[in-house]
Amino acid sequence: MSAPVETDVAIVGAGPIGLFAVFELGLLDLKAHLVDILDRPGGQCTELYPEKPIYDIPGLPIVTGQELTNRLLDQVKPFHPSFHFGEMVAGLEKLPDGKWKLKTDAGTEIIAPVVVIAAGGGSFVPKRPPVPGIESFENKGHGVGVHYAVRKMDTFRGKNILIAGGGDSALDWAINLAPIAKSLTLVHHRDGFRAAQHSVNQMRELEKSGKVKFHVASVKALHGKDDGHLSGVTLAGADKSEWHHETDAFLPFFGLTIKLGPIAEFGLNLNENLIPVDTAKFESSTPGIFAIGDINSYPGKLKLILSGFHEAALMAQAAFHICKPNEKLRFQYTTSSSNLQKKLGVTA
Amino acid sequence: MKIVATDRNGKEHSVEGRDGWTVMEILRDAGLPIAAECGGACACATCHVYVTDGWYEKLTPPSDAEIDMLDMALAVEPTSRLSCQLVCADGLDGIKVTVAPE
Repeated sequence: MSAPVETDVAIVGAGPIGLFAVFELGLLDLKAHLVDILDRPGGQCTELYPEKPIYDIPGLPIVTGQELTNRLLDQVKPFHPSFHFGEMVAGLEKLPDGKWKLKTDAGTEIIAPVVVIAAGGGSFVPKRPPVPGIESFENKGHGVGVHYAVRKMDTFRGKNILIAGGGDSALDWAINLAPIAKSLTLVHHRDGFRAAQHSVNQMRELEKSGKVKFHVASVKALHGKDDGHLSGVTLAGADKSEWHHETDAFLPFFGLTIKLGPIAEFGLNLNENLIPVDTAKFESSTPGIFAIGDINSYPGKLKLILSGFHEAALMAQAAFHICKPNEKLRFQYTTSSSNLQKKLGVTA
Repeated sequence: MKIVATDRNGKEHSVEGRDGWTVMEILRDAGLPIAAECGGACACATCHVYVTDGWYEKLTPPSDAEIDMLDMALAVEPTSRLSCQLVCADGLDGIKVTVAPE
């Protein structure tokens, strides 16, 4: 664990609103650190619809989720934000001097007078199949039980592996793990896949050679040994017939979904999983904690990216007064202020 | 037109549909637990419903994009659809759907 980092603002979420907050804060000389559970910026824009066009960003008649993210990253580059990707916020604590300490599950600690929650709908987490008792087979150690990701392939060497799903992750891992597994079985609800064609071809080859067994089936129940480890599953075919299948590991790959996650445990006032804020500063009922974008609520709230941009601008003004209580905020325009242009690196 | 929707507790709700709206929008606005994370872009599979009582066969078949996206849904059955892809129309008056498990 490294020493805590001190900054002006800790931002939870590196989606479009968290990114634009960096810009608005930067114009006021406030530095930011961002934490995001995903391994890259963009939030829903890049996770859910990177290729889908967005038509309601002012001034950009058509832009994809990925392009918008790229443009925002360009826009905030002069302010050198620090990103902590692949980390989930794990705790928020008020220090005796009034600052906040935000901790992540990777051990990062960020100390800042202002925390901005720009977490959209919460954290992206793997979809968990609705099989009774599945939780009890999670976190049982390397290569056994239920895993939603493969961290080290070698931990699955010599194991009987069951993969469920029909997307790229399911097929990629079936292809990659088949050579080292004792047996590899893939189940999916149909005899077709949404994965890249070359992956589908490779999987079909492995199926032909007997290295992968494929069934149109789904997992209905999980069975454990006396020591609590997974021993097998009940599979159900398209015709509703059921059979037992022995396995050491079960890897479901159905993509990600959004859960509020640890923000619920921060002691903030929540209303239906949203953080109520005022519309002058977008501050929560806890001083110094702001909420912008889809995660907040106020009368008339519209869950639009453009609303979040506006919220970021007003939040930054309020954050300035907290971070620099003895300084006067000078309101300036980027078109005319040589001072702002210098910060943006655009002066001749 | 009416949509008869069964929630995850087995409770039936009769909801008024609106011509041209998607079933997802109607269920979401009626307070049923439809996450619809992507907002109706056929990009997340969190508006998954089962279309029951013979209504599945009366629907326009799913597009390739919807069939693909259903691969990311949990507990898919032969009558699974993404409700953001079902558009309300008079012909669907009385359609029965069940919200799929989370």
